[in-house]
Amino acid sequence: MEYTLFILILPLIGFLSLGLLGTRLKGKTAGYVGTALLAATAILAYITAWQYFSTPGVDGIRPTLIPLNWEWMRFTEHLHIDLGILLDPISVMMLVVISTVSLMVHIYSLGYMEGEKGFQRYYAFLGLFTFSMCGLVVATNIFQMYIFWELVGVSSYLLIGFYYTKPEAVAASKKAFIVTRFADMFFLIGILLLSYFTKTFDFGLLCSGEENLFASAAGKTFMGGAVLSWAMALIFIGAAGKSAMFPLHIWLPDAMEGPTPVSALIHAATMVVAGVYLVARLFPVYYFFTPEVLHGIAYVAAFTALYAAIVACVQTDIKRVLAFSTISQIGFMLVALGVSGMGTVEANGLESHEGLGYMASMFHLFTHAMFKALLFMGAGAIIHTVHSNEMSRMGGLRKQMPITHITFLVACLAIAGIPPFSGFFSKDEILTATFMFKPWLGVTMTFIAALTAFYMFRLYYNIFWGKPAQHDHPLHEAPSSMTSPLVFLALVTVVAGFIPFGKFVSSTGAAYIIHLDWKVALTSVIIALVSIFIAWKLYCKGSSKVPDKVAGFFGPLYTAAKHRFYIDEVYQFITHKIIFRCISQPLAWFDRHVIDGILNGIAWITCRGSLAFRWMQTGQLQSYALLLLCGCLLLLCIGLFR
Amino acid sequence: MDFSGFLMMRDEISLVALILILLLYDLFAPAKARKVFQPLACLLFVVQIVITLLPVSSLEAFGGMYQTTPAASLAKTLMSAGTLLVFLFSKKWIEEKHEIAQGEFYFLTLCTLLGMYFMVSAGHFLMFFIGIELASIPLSCLVSFSKKDGLSAEAGAKFILNAAFASGISLFGISLLYGGTGTLYFSDMPVALQGTPLQIAGMILFATGLFFKMSLIPYHSWTADVYQGAPTQVSAYLSVVSKTAAAVALFTIFIKVFGGMAASWRPVLYIIIILSITIANLFAIKQKNIKRFLAYSSISQAGYIVLGVVAASPQGLTGILYYMMVYMFANLAAFGVASLVERQCGNAEIASYNGLYKTNPWLSVLMMFAMFSLAGIPPFAGFFSKFFIFASAVQQGYYILVLIALLNTIISLFYYLLIVKAMFINPNESPLPRFRSDSYSRIAMVLCFFGIVLSGIVSFFYNKTNDMATESMEMCGLSRPKAVEETLDANPVPGQTLNTQGSTAMNATASWPSVLE
Repeated sequence: MEYTLFILILPLIGFLSLGLLGTRLKGKTAGYVGTALLAATAILAYITAWQYFSTPGVDGIRPTLIPLNWEWMRFTEHLHIDLGILLDPISVMMLVVISTVSLMVHIYSLGYMEGEKGFQRYYAFLGLFTFSMCGLVVATNIFQMYIFWELVGVSSYLLIGFYYTKPEAVAASKKAFIVTRFADMFFLIGILLLSYFTKTFDFGLLCSGEENLFASAAGKTFMGGAVLSWAMALIFIGAAGKSAMFPLHIWLPDAMEGPTPVSALIHAATMVVAGVYLVARLFPVYYFFTPEVLHGIAYVAAFTALYAAIVACVQTDIKRVLAFSTISQIGFMLVALGVSGMGTVEANGLESHEGLGYMASMFHLFTHAMFKALLFMGAGAIIHTVHSNEMSRMGGLRKQMPITHITFLVACLAIAGIPPFSGFFSKDEILTATFMFKPWLGVTMTFIAALTAFYMFRLYYNIFWGKPAQHDHPLHEAPSSMTSPLVFLALVTVVAGFIPFGKFVSSTGAAYIIHLDWKVALTSVIIALVSIFIAWKLYCKGSSKVPDKVAGFFGPLYTAAKHRFYIDEVYQFITHKIIFRCISQPLAWFDRHVIDGILNGIAWITCRGSLAFRWMQTGQLQSYALLLLCGCLLLLCIGLFR
Repeated sequence: MDFSGFLMMRDEISLVALILILLLYDLFAPAKARKVFQPLACLLFVVQIVITLLPVSSLEAFGGMYQTTPAASLAKTLMSAGTLLVFLFSKKWIEEKHEIAQGEFYFLTLCTLLGMYFMVSAGHFLMFFIGIELASIPLSCLVSFSKKDGLSAEAGAKFILNAAFASGISLFGISLLYGGTGTLYFSDMPVALQGTPLQIAGMILFATGLFFKMSLIPYHSWTADVYQGAPTQVSAYLSVVSKTAAAVALFTIFIKVFGGMAASWRPVLYIIIILSITIANLFAIKQKNIKRFLAYSSISQAGYIVLGVVAASPQGLTGILYYMMVYMFANLAAFGVASLVERQCGNAEIASYNGLYKTNPWLSVLMMFAMFSLAGIPPFAGFFSKFFIFASAVQQGYYILVLIALLNTIISLFYYLLIVKAMFINPNESPLPRFRSDSYSRIAMVLCFFGIVLSGIVSFFYNKTNDMATESMEMCGLSRPKAVEETLDANPVPGQTLNTQGSTAMNATASWPSVLE
């Protein structure tokens, strides 16, 4: 399956050609070239998936294929950095998700970004992003993953700051880059620690569950924690940065300053789940060697999911609502991973129930990518028409934008967990897994699911029902280049739940048969319906006074949530007041007066020195020969009388 | 008679054939056919390079006079490739200024190249000496190739006299070695070396010739004047090809022959490295002339290369060869751009580069890449070559030496960036007008460009070099002296030890812990 290399190469070609040709191409042409290349990439990804999943593995266990592996830098026998392609259930699934959403975004952007300055640049960056993201998921070793991890960070930075004349966009891109980079520093330290003890970067070896590999780390502790736990926790901090886990989530809401299709692609469907993917990739290491870190991940993720869901209830900018909803949903995926066990293959060739969380997490990743991309694109279509992100500028849009309305509704139902839409199935598995782990966690997650249904339908009713806002221009449905991806993704959302996902992806590679737990399913559907009912009561008419009363009732909590619990302010305080004042300023003084002084001194000595050696270069042959002879004799003396 | 010895020398024989063909063609071809002399020469030279690429194993011929290893063969390929790039850069210059003498230029250059081939492959000190002389004497003709130009003639005189002086010292060293050991064969000498003062003196005096070729401090004083006076293409040749030969020869001789006396030469090389890197850097900062500037830069680069010799391990040899490859692309690119700019504006002042980016962006970008690579900024190849050669020295525990070298790379960054600053930032009312270079130079520049970018990040180059170097170190006479002794016992008559399937096999089994402990 060497052709999988082209899944990486085609978007790269797109990036290079569009980037280098730049403005010599017409904007439209650039868009078509980029889209055509992406379409080819997507087809290749589908062929890969079809070929991979249709070949049964040994004993029904799906194999890990490495069609290409190219040694890039060798340090020792085992420790070398490779660049290669690894195909296993999750990477193939990710390839499908990335290429599908990316293709949809490419098509959608033809309409959305029409007439924008820098259209070529936009498509070039999209190509770069797709290339990096595909490279990330097919990485054969953790270092390759890190390289592409940084590349997606860069492309995200470039795309958030696409409107580089807007100060907010520039600030948001910087914030996103710095926060994720800060987390990546820990990721790198974690990688180095891990590879220092295991002497390998290779995923295949790391995930083989081999005890000997970790033998050299056994018994070593640092500040009370085992070294291996530290390493894995540090790696998770990297994942938390990319996946916007509390308290590193602060960049994601601001990243909404980028073009909306970019938010759909990067900040909803693909890049932000890289952290989930990383944990899933290293799942055997977490599970077998550092279970306490894995459980920690579950708690952090559960807290994040709750926090983000509460904040999402009171935001008024529709993209921010979606951003917090994304954070919350990623929390769901990580909770599922955190509570999961490693399945075992039973006699009938199926996987046992311990691996439910893993499967559920990947399933939710898949369905969420589709319906969240759909939500963002729908929001994009609305923003495209209304020219504002604020809910108050919308209302009653169901008449003007019927296609957007229906597709948006489908996505809302999916995320709220109403059968038969895809979100119901994946979320139900996650809830079951959490109930299996700790009942109270299951209750919490069910509550968050109810909140999810509430804030999504608050959004929905405010946009499409309620009182229409006044506009000085006629509102209209989006062009077909924008609505066709919406329809496609809506169809996927409707049917995706019926995919027997466990047959394809599971923790051991053996088939996992999904059963619905009726108790869990029924409760979650009922409370979701109740939440939707409340939202309908509160927001459908648009003139109800009840929301303000409720807000008044919750008082401080409402205000705090509206300000996202002041986390950004806390960061401001820590960075500006504490770090800048107490650490940076003294350091700056030290730098300016001591370090610079030393360096200036060295420069002065260097200049003096170069004058002092001038006598060597007289231009006279005799003196050259003399110098040579003297030098030679001097060295002779050193050699003889060392 | 056994002709297999000749077959092993196919690199040299193909080069000799090329030299003869070109000489005869130049003499006897009709005037019309002489018009295509240069393209023809380049084409044939490419064929010769392909021949050097054929795989070789480590063998000896002519009773040990001649030795070949994969590493030596790689060095030859590198030198030939460098020479080809120089030819491509000089095509236009020869056509314009020295049409009548075009045959001479190729003949002389290729003769020196032949001499360097023998330096790398010698198995006997006299053979080596002949090689080094063959590489020096025609070179002085090349340096003074622009006879009418006073500076060029002066440079030629300086070069030949200095070279003769160094060769004299070197030959004196060889005679001391012969007096001290009774043999001049590389393979026989290690057993006869006990580290007596006579032998140490012989060794260090002998090395003068090599240090001179690499223009290490304090053997460097000719460098700046000669580089400045010589035609730019010849300076490029001196700075790259000639250094490659000397560096590889230095490694083989010091490890293979003098490996047992490492305790004596190590401090010498230590001092030389520190002096070369530091003092050359100090000089480079002050230069106003691009050729003198590149001369000092090449001295300090040579200092880094010697680090590989000090490391004295397979990684060291890899480091040297890889460094030379990377350095070749970057330095030839720099000299190439310098020669083009010099032809346009008539002088080689750094000030003429001010504002070059505005009018000749591609040329400036190439020069910038070359400077970045020389300074060792990732992701350009120069970073990786420095990294690996430093790593090889660190592996052997030379922390302080590497620290000094690292500090010096920071200083070097300053002066390399001065050129970049001149091109991109310095304002200039009347920058050099936009010009188009000839197609041959452009081919060479494109090759250099890809070399600078790719030879670093594409690991094939390093891995291949590493394989060849490791193989050479294992198969060649580079095992512990004890193993050599045993070979000698088995084969009592010196001079005939050398049909040595046996010794090769034995040495191959003796794994590599350093010779030098």
